[in-house]
Amino acid sequence: MAGPRSLPWWKPTIKTGLHALYTLPILALLARGYADYSGTDFLGGLGVNPIETVIRNLGDWSIRFLIVALAVTPVRRISGLPQIARYRRMLGLWAFAYVTIHLLFFIGVDQYFDWHEIWKEILKNKFITVGMLGFVFLLPLALTSTSGMIRRLGAARWRRLHRLVYFAGIAGAIHYIWMVKAITIEPVIYTAIIAILLAMRVFWWAQTRQAIAPQRVASKAG
Amino acid sequence: MLIRRAPDIRPSEITPESIYLGRRAFMAGTGALLAGSAIPGIAFADVEPQALPKVIKSKYTVDEKVNSYKEITTYNNFYEYGTDKGEPAVNAPGLLKPSPWTVTVDGECNKPGTVDVDDFIKTSALEERVYRHRCVEAWSMVIPWVGVPLADVIKRFEPNGNAKYVAFQTLDDPKQMPGEKSDLVYPWPYTEGLRMDEAMNALTLLSVGLYGKTLAAQNGAPIRLVVPWKYGFKDIKSIVRISFVRNQPKTMWNQIAADEYGFYANVNPNHDHPRWSQAKERRIGEFLRRPTLMFNGYTEQVASLYSGMNLDTWY
Repeated sequence: MAGPRSLPWWKPTIKTGLHALYTLPILALLARGYADYSGTDFLGGLGVNPIETVIRNLGDWSIRFLIVALAVTPVRRISGLPQIARYRRMLGLWAFAYVTIHLLFFIGVDQYFDWHEIWKEILKNKFITVGMLGFVFLLPLALTSTSGMIRRLGAARWRRLHRLVYFAGIAGAIHYIWMVKAITIEPVIYTAIIAILLAMRVFWWAQTRQAIAPQRVASKAG
Repeated sequence: MLIRRAPDIRPSEITPESIYLGRRAFMAGTGALLAGSAIPGIAFADVEPQALPKVIKSKYTVDEKVNSYKEITTYNNFYEYGTDKGEPAVNAPGLLKPSPWTVTVDGECNKPGTVDVDDFIKTSALEERVYRHRCVEAWSMVIPWVGVPLADVIKRFEPNGNAKYVAFQTLDDPKQMPGEKSDLVYPWPYTEGLRMDEAMNALTLLSVGLYGKTLAAQNGAPIRLVVPWKYGFKDIKSIVRISFVRNQPKTMWNQIAADEYGFYANVNPNHDHPRWSQAKERRIGEFLRRPTLMFNGYTEQVASLYSGMNLDTWY
């Protein structure tokens, strides 16, 4: 009853709910760190190599949240629920936030701001090179995520730019696959999901083209 | 270029007896506590690690801060129990039956036979050796192993002139090692190998214990290899067969990715893994990465094994 009538009652709740949900992984890491510090055993603490645990956990959530953001459009098309689209920006920005924290943790804690070493790692270690590339793809998308930027760029150009997220998804998948010692199940699953999400777009794109092409021929003949 | 400490072990580097005795007393106390907490009536596949009496200090010991028992027993690469390093500590103790255990020794030798590991532990002169342990994943620990030089065991079986290599094999039993159920990625059972002169080197240890006790399941109970100048994956766990062979044997990680995991797998800060640098390592318990030492700091003892070999070709 309270609040502006134009907003359905559930709209702000879903957004706040999503925000709360997306802070849980960070809170869990903080709690596990505190458990180690205080000598309790919450979720097993962070283990004997806490730096590795944190950086991998942040990486896991980065790719999961990137997948969620990539899934918004396909889910919207299949489910026929157009209102899902309004969460796309928020979910994308959260994915970017996790990727950024993951990267900052690598720079500040794992490498302890040893810029010479960090630069060497980026150039030499293929999995880090491709991971950095993924971040570079995401950065302009985060910077142009405001409504003002959409207006300034124009919808068509903005949409074209934001296709970079597909390449970020591919980079994220390769980053994970190359990081592990040999093939393990998780990166394969994530890669498969990303591949499906991208394949659906290719499929729809081809369908649209096919639908348009005969019209063009027909109009020429006419 | 990165060798910082004199690699030979000075008498002053041997940890004073009193410190070990103190640790023993502590371990004995822990053992009693664990025994007391065992629930009667439930059959565990594993018995808790048992205290090993009469362990002699070896001169092959590094004077570096030893990693804690918890660190060594909760951070393990043992893919037969899961690919996450926390999983073996959870899964292995309830599944692996380390006693009775027989190791078959065969191949190019005059006296092939078997080793009953319980007897072996009782009758051998066990040594404690504090070794550096460097994983190919660029982390490291310092571990107080208990065992017998592999050379002493090999001599009993009298390998003949055709024995150029020694091949090792882990238990092949998916019931005890659930990871072995799927051959999709990994050609189970785990196999490893050494050249004969590497196997006979004084540093190469057949380990049956850790921190003065028998090995925990997740560390490769009841008997495993320790080759401290090589990456950890050479240290095959839960061994059931040792064979003397003419040709270089197939080894597990080498079969999966030969360009990434060589047969020799000597710790070498100058030869990077194709996907990551081996120049530095994170010692578990330390914040900053430390430089990795050539042959993991054991150049003095092992460099002669590889004289004339290009270590970039034979990685």
